Amino acid sequence: MDIGLIALAVILYGIFTQESPDRVVLLPDPEGKTGAVVVKSAAGEQRLDAAFAAAAVGSRGAIATSQTDAAGVTLRYGDALGAQPRRPVSFTVYFISGTDELTPASMPVLEQVKQAAAGRAAPEIVAIGHTDRVGTLEDNDALSKKRAEVVRATLMSVGIPSTQIESAGRGEREPVVATADEVAEAKNRRGEINIR
Amino acid sequence: MLKSIVKPGVIALLACLAGTVAAEEAAVGTVKTAKGTVTIEHAGQKIAAAPGAKVFAADRVLTGADGSVGITLRDSTLLSAGPNSTLAINMFAFDPTTHAGAIDATLKRGTLAVISGKIAKASPDTVAFRTPTLTLGVRGTEFVLEAADRRD
Repeated sequence: MDIGLIALAVILYGIFTQESPDRVVLLPDPEGKTGAVVVKSAAGEQRLDAAFAAAAVGSRGAIATSQTDAAGVTLRYGDALGAQPRRPVSFTVYFISGTDELTPASMPVLEQVKQAAAGRAAPEIVAIGHTDRVGTLEDNDALSKKRAEVVRATLMSVGIPSTQIESAGRGEREPVVATADEVAEAKNRRGEINIR
Repeated sequence: MLKSIVKPGVIALLACLAGTVAAEEAAVGTVKTAKGTVTIEHAGQKIAAAPGAKVFAADRVLTGADGSVGITLRDSTLLSAGPNSTLAINMFAFDPTTHAGAIDATLKRGTLAVISGKIAKASPDTVAFRTPTLTLGVRGTEFVLEAADRRD
């Protein structure tokens, strides 16, 4: 057989049987901050922590790292990125001290929530209650759940369908202002309305 | 005597099973964007997905050559797949009080963009995204993932 033909056959065989690798590219968030991912394969492990750092992993597990950029990502992943759901947004409401009543200043926020939800496809709202660190973890879980229910009921009263609203109590786990235990802090006694 | 011992055990078992069923039946995410052909494989059935469609643990989400889909999970993880993609949601659990939970998903082929959510923030070690050749541990971040079309 002609040596040229054999060479051609070998090259073609190589092209058609070579598997393209799986890939990952780390992206910066809208504020320009970049987190990290750890890529693991049968052959090893590689951490990516720079914006647009990429790793390609072949079928045998070899990890090859490289650097790409925004244009390269758009070219290859534009469709997936274009389908991204809107980022969730959060609103905050406050309670009159020692009550489970919302402050008058919180009322306009409910209207904003209503509009934000109406502008989204298949909106889901979570009314989340938060407490300060006065009292036990268990008591604050119960109190925060109660606050969440108040927020949920108030959202329903301004015309948001109940089927769109869930409620959750976060207790004292997510303070806005970090304090020592047993410190009263009005800013931490709040309701959060998350729309996704 | 034996009866009185067995009975509470049976009741506990039934309660446990009921709990498992309830957990399995809760949606883990909602379709927010859908373009072209998008199919959810759920409990052996194929469902054409439109915004508002629910996604459950053990579901597979498939896009056609003209398709793309965006899904928001209960912990606010944002997933979106480009054309010719197959995404399997292997496992999802989320406690809205503690933010404890786990995500395990496999991109079998195609492209996937991910913005990690509350679980990755609270317990990053319990979040894994996979392709046939790699497993990705997530440290609170955004990334894109691609799985080669191996036609096997």
